[in-house]
Amino acid sequence: MSIIGEVIDTMKTLAQGMALTLSYIPRKKLTVEYPDVPVEVYPAYRGEHYLARDENGKERCVACFLCSAACPADAIYIEATEDLRDYADRPGMENRYAKVYNIDYGKCILCGYCVEACPKDAIKHGHSFEMAVTDFKDLIKDKHYLLANLEMEKKRRVKVLSDQ
Amino acid sequence: MPLLLFSQPFMDSPLIPLIIEWSLKIFFIFGGLMTALAYLTWFERRVLAYIQMRLGPNRVGPAGLLQPLADGIKFIFKEDIVPLDADKFLYTLAPIMSLVPALTCYVLLPFGDKFVMPGLNREIPLHITHVNVGVLAIFALTGMGVYGIVLAGYASNNKYSLMGGLRSSAQMVSYELAMVMSIIGVLLQAGSLDLVEICKHQAGWFGMQWHLFTYPPTGIIGFFIFLIAMVAETNRVPFDLPEAETELVAGFHTEYSSMKFAMFFIAEYANMVTASAMATILFLGGWMGPFVDQFPLLGPVYFTAKVGFFLFLYVWLRGTLPRYRYDQLMNLGWKFLLPLSLVNLVLTATIALFFM
Repeated sequence: MSIIGEVIDTMKTLAQGMALTLSYIPRKKLTVEYPDVPVEVYPAYRGEHYLARDENGKERCVACFLCSAACPADAIYIEATEDLRDYADRPGMENRYAKVYNIDYGKCILCGYCVEACPKDAIKHGHSFEMAVTDFKDLIKDKHYLLANLEMEKKRRVKVLSDQ
Repeated sequence: MPLLLFSQPFMDSPLIPLIIEWSLKIFFIFGGLMTALAYLTWFERRVLAYIQMRLGPNRVGPAGLLQPLADGIKFIFKEDIVPLDADKFLYTLAPIMSLVPALTCYVLLPFGDKFVMPGLNREIPLHITHVNVGVLAIFALTGMGVYGIVLAGYASNNKYSLMGGLRSSAQMVSYELAMVMSIIGVLLQAGSLDLVEICKHQAGWFGMQWHLFTYPPTGIIGFFIFLIAMVAETNRVPFDLPEAETELVAGFHTEYSSMKFAMFFIAEYANMVTASAMATILFLGGWMGPFVDQFPLLGPVYFTAKVGFFLFLYVWLRGTLPRYRYDQLMNLGWKFLLPLSLVNLVLTATIALFFM
């Protein structure tokens, strides 16, 4: 009687499937309740950039234009200038520094080429992704904003996972 | 006429407390039922989400408990669109035709034994009406629900709707047959079409002499046939061909919006609860269970728990199984379930003849 065997087989597979779906109910859920709970990202996550400072708080950027040249989206605008004062008085690590340093996040594709190109480790990727604005003008982030970005990131709803 | 209502002989008649009792029972059952149906949507979405490792609606109120309320408000304020080429009269009639029989069924369902109201010294049976052909009446009413769907499909003047309506009518007609055949064994044992009598017949064995366990294996076979047919009858996954969203957009309710759609929605869930209650009464002993003789109010608790199990089963099936193809559906109904239920009936009758 093949039909009885078929029915038993069907019942077996049905029970298997039902047991599987039932076992999923108590499992940990994948949903991240984002505004309430920070999003977890890996350390290598390419978020909004920040401009780094050296150990004395001087800007590392020397306005060499390598990042601007490497940028495939042409999103980085730099105006260079020089300050010939002593290290203690000038804003930059070297004499030469960027007077204007703008990144247009309307163009930026967060590819990370600027970070790779930088010889002074002055521009780095942060982990922030909350870059939405209501006005196109606000997509252009200036030097002041980018320098403060490392500190700002601690207030953002993002949690960086450890390297392990 | 209004004067008659307040006249002395009328006030003294035994009809007045009866009318009050009925009104209160109808009020509580209807109110409780509508709330339960609303929360059934929430329950379904939550359980389905948990099966799929999501969280489901949990933002409106604690654990998303106000979600049905938000949905209800949304339904009321949506625009009520009637397609230009639709048959306006039938288009409006269809949701009514589908909802009214679905809700009328609850008048017949018993959910507990009589209990004596403390203080009033009055025996209150825990069902609205007691009809001695309850099973027939319920099947007649659920059969009426098909008209709503067919009319909706026809009146919408939309090919998807029409296909959905056609499929639905074919499916419901063919599965009703197997469904009714599968319960004849139960009726044979109980010797009655009365839902209350059928429940009381399962009172033995410390409240566990359910028709599922009696006359093995016919009880279990009949139960499974009824289970499959009941899922098909209510157009739920894996038999949700009438509203197969991958093929027919939404089937018969493609063109419906606002409260008309909500009425189809409520009718579907009401039918689910009716089918679950019927499975409970016919195979799982209705309100019967241990200690129900001593504490009659335990009856509704058992009944609700059993119905709740079936409702969970509906959601569980939806989270597990893919949809049947149309010809597979018809094959299963006509070539497998119907003959099997007939064989089962003969088997039950044989056992009844020789062992009763």
